Amino acid sequence: MRKTPVKILLVTVLAAMFALFLVACSSGSGSSAASSEAASSEAASSEAASSEAASSEAASSEAASSEAASSEAAAPQNAVLRISTTTSVNDSGLLPYLQPFFEEDTGYQMEVTSAGTGAAIEKGRTGDADALLVHAKASEEEFVNEGFGVERVPFMYNYFVIVGPEGDPAGVANCATAADAFKAIADAGQTFVSRGDDSGTNKKELQIWEAAGIDPNGQEWYVNAGQGMGATLTQTAERQGYTLSDKGTFLSNDAKESLKILLGESDDMKNTYTMIAISPDKWPDTNIDGANAFIAWMTGDKASELIAKYGEEEYGEPLFYLIEK
Amino acid sequence: MEELIQAFSLLFTPGSELSQIVLLTLKMSAFSTAISTAIGVPLGVCVGLYRFRGKRLVMRILNTLMGLPPVLAGLIVFFILSRSGPLGTLKLLYTLPAMVTAQVVLITPIVCGLSATAISGVAPLVHETAHGMGLTRRRELACLLYECRSQLLSIMFVAFGRSIGEVGAVMLVGGNVQYKTRVMTTAIMLETNMGHFEYAVALGIVLLVISFIINSIALSLQERTSAPEAQGAWSASRGGKLGGGR
Repeated sequence: MRKTPVKILLVTVLAAMFALFLVACSSGSGSSAASSEAASSEAASSEAASSEAASSEAASSEAASSEAASSEAAAPQNAVLRISTTTSVNDSGLLPYLQPFFEEDTGYQMEVTSAGTGAAIEKGRTGDADALLVHAKASEEEFVNEGFGVERVPFMYNYFVIVGPEGDPAGVANCATAADAFKAIADAGQTFVSRGDDSGTNKKELQIWEAAGIDPNGQEWYVNAGQGMGATLTQTAERQGYTLSDKGTFLSNDAKESLKILLGESDDMKNTYTMIAISPDKWPDTNIDGANAFIAWMTGDKASELIAKYGEEEYGEPLFYLIEK
Repeated sequence: MEELIQAFSLLFTPGSELSQIVLLTLKMSAFSTAISTAIGVPLGVCVGLYRFRGKRLVMRILNTLMGLPPVLAGLIVFFILSRSGPLGTLKLLYTLPAMVTAQVVLITPIVCGLSATAISGVAPLVHETAHGMGLTRRRELACLLYECRSQLLSIMFVAFGRSIGEVGAVMLVGGNVQYKTRVMTTAIMLETNMGHFEYAVALGIVLLVISFIINSIALSLQERTSAPEAQGAWSASRGGKLGGGR
């Protein structure tokens, strides 16, 4: 009976020491609760963390304001910048490559979540992002017209590519345009794997089918994968079929070992990337200053130079081209 | 709310994509549960009943495999069924059998481990009784399984629940192909990726409701079979007490 209170006391003391240790650690790395919040949400770079970022930021600003009475306010207010982007930008490594330069120049901390363009834009709509970097013109215009975005800032482009098996049974390599190539695939009845996930690439694909005058839905050779670009490429390689991909994701995917680029750089496969800052009118607690700083930096000389260089070393050609201003 | 009504009305529209997805999901879960139970329960009975060298090691491995990440199970099956894998010529990847295989890999250790634990708890008591009554080994085993029936049934529920709610493995080896391998969980995933968050939640609720209905039916069946004799409950509780005391 005697021992139990002693144990409880011991546990309490240990817990208190642990809590003190945590506090000491966070105050050592930063100056206030806000920075510890930022550090913890930065550490968990998963999607879930960023969707929670809105609430944690709100909490941190509250903590900061309550602390303001006793100590100085946190250095850069709202230093966390949440970017919602598409898989093609993030998985090709462009944003991770630019991130350290951007953070060093501006002092903001970038938190990137990537999803298909449909979901990426939706995160702007639900207030879970400060800026978007996406590639689906019609959805972007709708988004801005609804008042969620400030304005569209197109700044770079590349080309979609049609990839397929080495043997190219449909003869896509001899086609002049993407529409012709799709027609050839349909005529030959060759497997075509579609993203089917409402992404920018998927929307482009559907446009090309329309231009080719073919409705592929329900056809035996048309596989609606409903997955991201990487998984779709894997499935295309397994089935030895054709698909439409952005160049960056294809070049960084293992599928390139059994598939090859059969058609690229035709005019109807241009792919323009746009940045949009989320409007503070809809979501007052978004980081509009950070979003503007991001857009200004990305369209600046330094970023332009970095983007133009990106991919040359690894793939022998740039993955993105800048829009001439 | 709108989305929920939409989802349920789609569910009861024959020939709609959602009803096709639900049927496929149920088919997949039924096969996965049946096969993993058929493999896992006998193995689990063996492990739980007999003493052999390395039993502790086997139990540890089983317990570890019970936490096998679905994606890993999916990857293993993916490599085996892949075009470049050993069974690539069967062309099973992105089909229902592939999804069931991955789930069996995932669920069998769970069924096996849980049934081994359930059996080993009751086995000594049943053995004592059977010995005293002079029963044969075969009758003793039947008696043991009968004593454990409610545990075995709930293990089947666990297997079914794991199967119907699993997304990582089926996404990988099933490929989420429309009309072919798209099940409830991968459909929810897709709707989420498309930014249709409310509809995704509505689909999740539909999935839960279906699980609830199936569990209710199975439970009421079990209650009906075991209701007439209260002895089962009595000996189960006694078995639990004595088994725990050892």
